[in-house]
Formats: sequence, C-alpha cells, structure tokens
Amino acid sequence: MNGPHDIGGMHGFGPVDPGANAAPYHSGAEGWEERAMAITIAAGAGGHWTIDESRFARENRSPSEYHSLSYFQIWLAGLRSLLQTKGLVTSEEFATGHAGNTATTPAGRCLTAEDVPATLKRGGPVDRPPGDVRPALAPGDRVRTRNLQPRGHIRLPAYARDKEGWIVAVQGYHVFADTSAKGDRDTAHWLYTVGFRAGTLWGDAAEHPADEVTIDVWEPYLDRL
Amino acid sequence: MPHDHHDHDHDHGSELDDMTARVMALETLLTEKGIVQPAALDAIIETYETQVGPRRGAEVVARAWTDPDFRDWLEKDATAAIASMDYTGRQGEHMMAVFNTPERHNMVVCTLCSCYPWAVLGLPPVWYKSTPYRARAVREPRAVLAEFGVTLPEGQSVRVWDSTAEMRYLVVPMRPEGTEAMTREQLIDLVTRDSMIGTGLPLSPGASA
Repeated sequence: MNGPHDIGGMHGFGPVDPGANAAPYHSGAEGWEERAMAITIAAGAGGHWTIDESRFARENRSPSEYHSLSYFQIWLAGLRSLLQTKGLVTSEEFATGHAGNTATTPAGRCLTAEDVPATLKRGGPVDRPPGDVRPALAPGDRVRTRNLQPRGHIRLPAYARDKEGWIVAVQGYHVFADTSAKGDRDTAHWLYTVGFRAGTLWGDAAEHPADEVTIDVWEPYLDRL
Repeated sequence: MPHDHHDHDHDHGSELDDMTARVMALETLLTEKGIVQPAALDAIIETYETQVGPRRGAEVVARAWTDPDFRDWLEKDATAAIASMDYTGRQGEHMMAVFNTPERHNMVVCTLCSCYPWAVLGLPPVWYKSTPYRARAVREPRAVLAEFGVTLPEGQSVRVWDSTAEMRYLVVPMRPEGTEAMTREQLIDLVTRDSMIGTGLPLSPGASA
C-alpha cells in the first residue's frame, strides 16, 4: 500500500527534538497512553489477529487522518478497526460503551495478570521451519528490489523500490508480512538484509553518497542481478 | 504533527482529558466483552516501567566489551547470546547486534512504524516513533545525529538499519577510551539507551551518574 506511514526520506517534518521527547510517552499524556499501550497488547494476546494485521489496521487510513493523530491515537484507531473487522465489538457497542451481548472471547483467550510475564517473555517468534526450501541468495549477491506497489500490505519502503543493492545477511525463514496481514500465519519466505549506497537511494541529494542504508525484505521482493 | 508542537489552537488540557475518558470507556467496554482484564493491563504497564528497559541492553553491551567469547557469540547469533542472559520476549524474538568500529557507525530506525528491540531496550522514546526521525534517519543521518549532539570523526561511514521486518537491532558502541581498569558493573553505567540505538555515544569515564 502506498500509505501514509511510508515516510522514509520524506521532507517537511521538522527537527527531531530528542531532549523534549526522550520518554516513551508524551509529557502530560502518560496515563492514557500507557493504558492504550496495555489494552492493545492485552487484546492482541487473545490471538484474534496477527501483528501484520494490526500494522495494516493502523496504516490503512487516509494520509490526513494518519498525520493528524498522535502515535497512540493511531494504535487506538487500529485496535478499533480490528475489533470491528473481526466481529468482536459492534459499532453499536462502541456507540453505547457497553456490551450488547455476551462476552465474545472464549475463556482462556483473555490475557490474565498471571499470564502476563510468560506471555511477554515468549513474544511471537515468526521464524518457521524451511523444510526443503533453500535461500536463493547469499551474502554479497547483487540484487535489485522489485517495483512492487500493491494495494495491500507490504514492507518494501517506497524509497527502496527498484533499487540496486547487495545481500548483507540471510536472516531466516520468516512469516511473510504481505500474507500475514490477511490472517495467514503459515506462509513464509527467506528474509534478507539488503544494503544500498545512500547515493543509490537519494541521488544528488545524498548527504554522504558512500553511507549505507539497509532494509529487511523477503525473497519475493528481490531479483538477482 | 499536532502532538509534537504546542501551536494548535484548542486547549491542550481538555484534549488530554478527552483522550483519558475515551481510553477509560474502551477499557470498560472491552472488560465487559471479556477481551481484556484490568489487572493484566496493570501488569503489562508495570513490566515495562520496572523490569524491561535499557539496563538490559547495557548489560549485554558491557559483557560484549569484557568477554571476547560472548562478543563473538553476540555477533554470530545475537538472539541466542541475549537469551542466555534471560532477556527474551516480545519485540526481541529475532535479534541482530551491530558493532560500531572506527570505520563504521551504526544507527537504527523503523521508517514504516516503530519497530524497536523492546526485550533489551524497553519501550521506544517518543522521538524514535516520531515522523521527523522516521523520515530523516535514512536520508540525512548525519544531520539527525547533529541534533543529538553527535559528530562523527572524519572517515567513519554511517550504516542505517531500517527495521522493516521482525529483525530487531542492538547497536554495540565502541568501548570508550580510558575504561581499561573498569569492572563490567561500572561499564554498564556508561552505556546509554541512545548509544544502543546509534543516536548517541557511551558516556566517558567519570561522566556517569
């Protein structure tokens, strides 16, 4: 998706201001932001959606909306989309603020306080057994990223499309974000770190042409040169 | 973005109150629906406030500085090496450690969202998730570093790692000069969070709190 989140290289956002933004939450907003963080993680632990479905839910909105929301407001908007799409909460329930029918989550799929340490410690590994599938590319191989512009979820940033680079590392056989964003938890491909010269990405505007940028991409995003 | 500036014309306080009310209402609804439990939310917040934070990453770095076998392991298989210290978990499932050298400075960003190695650094700072950092780190890393007060020596190149999949990156900064006599415990205090993202450098001996 050529979405509002894909901002690598975009101009106009101003300075970073690290001193004023050093904490995980905005000053004065800690209370609701940390609660929003926890609600999102707890609801996600129910296993109703994949991490890529949650990213797509946050990003699949108009640029004007995305860029008018703060970080955790985007999380809340994404969560609301997921809850409705998955049929867990109806628009009427959102409007009234109360459950209109019985609980939607079967017992055991609602994260308890006792399960929090183990759940956070376990995380959600995305590597899968590759079976007979061998990586087609090896470190040092020259590659070109494909000019992929699907309407759906993809993790190839716009700034790195159709660009020549090289394989820095083979990272593993990982669940494919493009299909995982549709709820498919099994489809996987070899994941590579690909390096680019800054001069390749930014042309004459490169700050320092010999500097490098890497991205992590799956085999279907790449052609060998 | 409005949250990054204070020039929007509606009252800041009422916006926060509104958000507080909306999040409380969501929590109430999702609790009624059996989707979340308030005690679990408290436990999640508590975990990232008191347990999972950049002290973990600093311990990994200080060990890499003082234990050559561990350093090699961290370079070959960071996920396993870090797991041996029990620092596994959410947003740290697949780790890669990248080592600064006199020839190369490493820096980490997630241009598409906010991917960050929670298991070793805790929750990301606001600036890491902000649009200025996400947009500019890949295009003008040296200008961004200057805003953090970092100027790299002549001849040191920059490699920016854009975390576009589930790999999470930990920068291992160079051990500061003058620290030869320091213990691992003392070294931990020199390793700042930003030095493990690549937007800062470790503290000099005597500069730590």
